Amino acid sequence: MPFGQLLIEGLAMGTCYGLFGLAVVIIYKTSEVVNFAAGTMAMFSTYIAFHAMTLYGCPFWLAFILALVFAALLGVFVEYFFLRPAKDPTLLGLIVITIGIQLLLGGLVGWKWTANQQAFSIPFSYQITYEMFAGYVISQWAIAVFIIASIIMTFLFLFFKFTKLGTAMRATQQNKHAAKIMGIKTDRIFAFAWALSSVIGVTAATLISARTLLDPDFMMEPFLRAFAAAVLGGLMSIPGVLIGGGIVGLLENFLGYAWPAWKPITAFVIIVLVLCFRPSGLFAKHYVRKV
Amino acid sequence: MDMKREYYEDIELFKSGTILFWSVVFLAALLAAPLFLSPYYVYLFNLVLVHVIVAVGLNILVGSTGQIALGHAGFFAIGAYATVLLMTKLQIPFFAAILIAAFISAFFGFVLGLPALRLEGPYLAIATLAFGLAIMHIIGHTELFGGRQGLMAPDFDIGIPQLGLSCILSSETSKYYLILAITVIMVLLAINILKSRAGRAFVAIRDSDIAAEVIGINLTMYKTLAFAVSAFYAGIAGGLFAFVLGFFDPFTFNLILSIIFLVMVVVGGLGSVMGSISGAVLITYLWYNLFKNVDEVPIVGDLMVAFAQQFLTVTGMDNFNFIALGLVMIGIIIFEPLGMFGAWIRIKKYWKTWPF
Repeated sequence: MPFGQLLIEGLAMGTCYGLFGLAVVIIYKTSEVVNFAAGTMAMFSTYIAFHAMTLYGCPFWLAFILALVFAALLGVFVEYFFLRPAKDPTLLGLIVITIGIQLLLGGLVGWKWTANQQAFSIPFSYQITYEMFAGYVISQWAIAVFIIASIIMTFLFLFFKFTKLGTAMRATQQNKHAAKIMGIKTDRIFAFAWALSSVIGVTAATLISARTLLDPDFMMEPFLRAFAAAVLGGLMSIPGVLIGGGIVGLLENFLGYAWPAWKPITAFVIIVLVLCFRPSGLFAKHYVRKV
Repeated sequence: MDMKREYYEDIELFKSGTILFWSVVFLAALLAAPLFLSPYYVYLFNLVLVHVIVAVGLNILVGSTGQIALGHAGFFAIGAYATVLLMTKLQIPFFAAILIAAFISAFFGFVLGLPALRLEGPYLAIATLAFGLAIMHIIGHTELFGGRQGLMAPDFDIGIPQLGLSCILSSETSKYYLILAITVIMVLLAINILKSRAGRAFVAIRDSDIAAEVIGINLTMYKTLAFAVSAFYAGIAGGLFAFVLGFFDPFTFNLILSIIFLVMVVVGGLGSVMGSISGAVLITYLWYNLFKNVDEVPIVGDLMVAFAQQFLTVTGMDNFNFIALGLVMIGIIIFEPLGMFGAWIRIKKYWKTWPF
């Protein structure tokens, strides 16, 4: 495969990971919960779109909007019923809860739709390609990924910068107790963060699903990469996670091209190495703890 | 809590005659158990004992030292593969092979402990998780390890075949007694480690690593030691697991297995050896027996099959396993974050002063 194609494909896939990593980062930023269930939640919502399209014959966009609505409700549901009741959970406790949610939702999807692989088509094909410069082939899918990612990033930037809710979210993230004193209902902010994260997650999952068949595990690997991207970006910074996603996507594509058998773990090995030298990721300020 | 007057009381293995008595009764019951059980249940007991070893070891790392480990299936796999390969390829007798395998596993634990010195929280979680996945992947892609086809365990020969001292354990019951003996040794060892200088250092690191460093605990040494000890336990357990299963492939040691190990420790109660044992027993029973065959449970099973036919699919029934484990994980953190051990302490305190 030529260099140009590897580069663009890697960047597009990396943008997907970055988008998906955003879902992890938004929750971590507001509530310091590492959401191991993000992949499964997005997968569940994608299955809703799939169900609406195949069983009820909905057009893609209607099904996609249904999936977005479902994802938002699922996010709120998970926050309200599984995370809110836990009293002063430790970090390990939160990890156990989110892994529990992951197993629970994954099991439900497997029970309802079985482990069979299903074909799920979105209107952007990666087989239709355009060649803008010699050697740099870009697929329709990659264009869609870049456009959607920039829309979401612009939206998030405007949202966090200029809206009241966005400001409230930033305040909650800086100091939960102070935010509460200022009259911000932090519980609602957390629920909203989960909904927002879940919606971004399903958008990324829909884009990723164009590249594979749909089965209950299809988001597992992308989720781990996205999580790695988020960790690389420092888990706290929104531009950082997109850059992290880009790095993971490119590394995976280039190294995967060189050693196809090792594609699933090359990215991980490099991330562990990076973490050895920059323990809080590339773009986070080094975490200094008060004693 | 009782007051301790001298150091010796703190390091005693059995705190009172009652505990000693019940421990002996419990051990006797375990020794007699295979006489009353069908081979399938003896097999299940073997699995439980192997998981007890892993859980006790993981508890030293997660419960006592406070590090997050999501990749313990990797050490488990190292133990299993190394034991079998040392026995088949190099003809090393079983006891030597399993010890070497456990030390190899401990070495990997030490190596993983090095980045863990600088990482904490979610970063450590992703690093250990990556380690588990990497081990699974490397095994699956290397011919020496049998690749994706997996490996067949040789005859379970605990003698030294080269000297003509062959002693092949073929029945589940004979394997059971060997595994029981090793489990008892490992559990006693864990209890004693936690009461030693190293054990107290682990707990100090968990409670506050900065304070621990200030009072002169060598963080580098004790954190990597915790990883190594924990990996050693997983290695021993892995070596036994290979013979309990008889056949295994890389996917036996997937992420779910790492999660199950972690759940055992969390459900049992962090930092308590007894808790880890009970957690391992409960989760192994639920995961490998009850949840797996839930459709065969009277009444409930029929109801669930009917429900599945009506709304879901019957072929996907085995996913109930995951749903139930997920609910257990969420429930334990919400309702009893200290696990079964915490519940036990609460009940004991309540009845001690009962009418009041």
